[in-house]
Amino acid sequence: MVPRFWRKIKYRYDVVASYCENCGNYYYPQREICPKCRRKGKIKDAKICDEGRVLSYTILDGKCIALVELENGTKMLTEVCGKVEIGSKVRKAFRRYGEESEDGIIYYGTKFVPIESDKKQKA
Amino acid sequence: MRKVAIVGVGSTEFGELWDKSFRSIFLSAGLSALEDVGIGGKEIEAIYVGNMSGGKFIDQEHIAALIADHSGLAEFGIPAVRVENADASGGSAFRQAYMAVASGIHDIVIAAGIEKVTDANDPMEVLSTAIDQEWERFIGADLPAIYAIIARLHMHRFGTKEEDMAMVAVKNHRNAVHNPRAQFRKEISVEDVMGSPYVAEPLKVLDCAPLSDGASAVILASEEVAKKLCDDPVYIDACTQASDYFSIQNRRDILTFDAVVRASRKAYKIAGIEPKDVDVAEIHDSFTITEILAYEDLGFAKKGEGANLIREGETEIGGKIPVNTSGGLKACGHAVGATGIRQIVDLVLQLRCEAGKRQVNAEKALALNIGGSGATAVVTILSR
Amino acid sequence: MIGIVSYGTYIPRFRIRVDEIARIWNEDANAIKQSLGIFEKSVPDVDEDTATMAVEASREALARAKIDPKKIGAIFVGSESHPYAVKPTATIVGEALGVGNYYFCADLEFACKAATAGIQICHAMVKSGMIDYGLAIGSDVAQAKPGDALEYAAGAGAVAILIGKDPIAVIEATVSYTSDTPDFWRRDLQPYPSHGGRFTGSPAYFRHIVNAVRKLMEDHGYTAKDFDYAVFHQPNAKFPQRVASMLGFSEEKIAEGLLVRVIGNTYSASSLMGLCSILDKAKPGQRILLASFGSGAGSDAFAIYVTEKILDFPRNAQVWEKAKNGVYIDYGLYLKNRRMIR
Repeated sequence: MVPRFWRKIKYRYDVVASYCENCGNYYYPQREICPKCRRKGKIKDAKICDEGRVLSYTILDGKCIALVELENGTKMLTEVCGKVEIGSKVRKAFRRYGEESEDGIIYYGTKFVPIESDKKQKA
Repeated sequence: MRKVAIVGVGSTEFGELWDKSFRSIFLSAGLSALEDVGIGGKEIEAIYVGNMSGGKFIDQEHIAALIADHSGLAEFGIPAVRVENADASGGSAFRQAYMAVASGIHDIVIAAGIEKVTDANDPMEVLSTAIDQEWERFIGADLPAIYAIIARLHMHRFGTKEEDMAMVAVKNHRNAVHNPRAQFRKEISVEDVMGSPYVAEPLKVLDCAPLSDGASAVILASEEVAKKLCDDPVYIDACTQASDYFSIQNRRDILTFDAVVRASRKAYKIAGIEPKDVDVAEIHDSFTITEILAYEDLGFAKKGEGANLIREGETEIGGKIPVNTSGGLKACGHAVGATGIRQIVDLVLQLRCEAGKRQVNAEKALALNIGGSGATAVVTILSR
Repeated sequence: MIGIVSYGTYIPRFRIRVDEIARIWNEDANAIKQSLGIFEKSVPDVDEDTATMAVEASREALARAKIDPKKIGAIFVGSESHPYAVKPTATIVGEALGVGNYYFCADLEFACKAATAGIQICHAMVKSGMIDYGLAIGSDVAQAKPGDALEYAAGAGAVAILIGKDPIAVIEATVSYTSDTPDFWRRDLQPYPSHGGRFTGSPAYFRHIVNAVRKLMEDHGYTAKDFDYAVFHQPNAKFPQRVASMLGFSEEKIAEGLLVRVIGNTYSASSLMGLCSILDKAKPGQRILLASFGSGAGSDAFAIYVTEKILDFPRNAQVWEKAKNGVYIDYGLYLKNRRMIR
């Protein structure tokens, strides 16, 4: 798994989507060709803003797995650390996702955390 | 393209078949299909096998040739091929077999599906290889989690209740009671479902299909050959397949399975029917929400109104459009790669009026087999 | 003028009270609070470690500096709880920040003063013209054996200090005092550190800090009166209070930076967390004395002068806000979050 993890480090450590310069569409996760423009498309990496909204979520083994709506129509499946509801505002956080084994490499990646000010406003 | 018919069907029971091996369950399904049509087997020109993960479940790849050998067909050297599309492997293998006969390349072939899951330590982990390993599984999601995310949004947007989903499981269990091959021949109540623990909120244990061992087989023949072999061939009016964006992250709306919409619309057009003309259906209810979504995407209900069908009993035996008279994946069992073929077997029994206490009055039958979280859908329309 | 052009901090969300730890070990919580001056400490989430906190603090520093990450020429992460024994934390930070590939990089270890050593290295590299900006990070998930006195103090947090020209606070002078003094250590392959008890006091903490600060004052002509604030390494609240009075600093001058009471000892981040809380409030023309202490042992003393540039510098969310905004957990969850039970 080391090369497979390493190859995508850039896209895991930060929220980097693909942007098609031909049609202006954004895609997450990163992809190599634009599904709308196909061979006419021009795909570039594009950093996505740090905040989003919870579109839907589940609680799995005590962890919150959520589909988060980011900017430009992109959606990201991610873990959210903390309690959220549909519509909650969240921001990205750098966290551990797991490890290969006790003596293997550590998998770091992007998770999201609730934005505190949003919670306060609601309360 | 010529007309293709189903001339024989066979299936093992689905469930935890501890004393039976991969090889023996395959053989048992294949032999009962041959027996059903009354041929010895050397007439078969090709084998199409749906199987999701021989490699992960039993450490065995190259299974089509293995199956050909152990079915006693190595002697004749016929081609054998395995088709993999996660839990739509069976439906996809059926479609390959259908196309081979429809095109005239073969006159009579066998389409089978098989999965032996109970030899693996963690079958659910294997099933979750059907979702994106790099961008869904990596972050800790599994297949139930993806459907749970869909279910929660369906509840939020359309007012579907956990009780509505529970009613799907209750109906399918009730249907399975009279299916001799079903894994759970036992009724359950809405309270049972609601009281079962969460697997992935809001989906509970009893919202999820089990993972089962099982094999099913059907024999397909050209109309001409079919008429010679039997009196009651069941015709394949359409068999279509469509794909969608692999991950829910890329779907335009996670509450619509575009693959199901596309495959079914095309199938209706080819068969010359409309959704309301379907008399009985086998629908891929890997989770209870999957069946509700399918009601909508197949056009049985408007988007957002799928739960009404289950609330009003429309999909019960005796309702306007009975769904999963076999018990579905939930109660008949989900032998992953075998499921798509098992659905065809049960619809053929309905069209031949051989479904016993589950019998409904049907001319047109529809099967929907879904792969993973909806990136593959196979729709088959049969008629007598 | 070279100094601090930006800073960022990270304090994990969870807190455990001294009372809760004392409850487990049947100890007198009030006596402990009295002797250490610590009331609660910060605890990371189960998926946080030195690297993740270092990234979070650095991201805040970079966002405030509004510079292109590619302009960072060096990254040094000081910690005694690097997630890997072999394999740098600093490369994880560099990749997460997107600094590119041409940068000087290493992990530093000198108990609780590795990060101030990082600041000195970055300062020297900027001064020599080797780099435009250098990032010095202190991040620790402090280790403590369950039941050991250290357990009341060992906190978690990270600070990232961006060093460059045109700073918000100039590093006017720095002096280090170093000797081979084994007051606190962790042998290879041992999970928890050991310490010399009262030996950590006068031959270690006090001797090194006092000598470093006195030399800084002598060499550069400062007296305690020249400093508006002072901040020292904070293994507890008592040590910095005592060393302050030894050096002629009033209680008021160290009050702002005394975070140990509510987040515990954040090791490599400890004195820098105090510095950042002072920078949150500081006005142009004010001068800050910073003295770290690292067991083993050494102290890095700095004279830091706040410039006009701080007026336009974004200083929210402030360190004290983050420190006070905790979620309390019990000892069981504490063990789970620290991955001591799995």
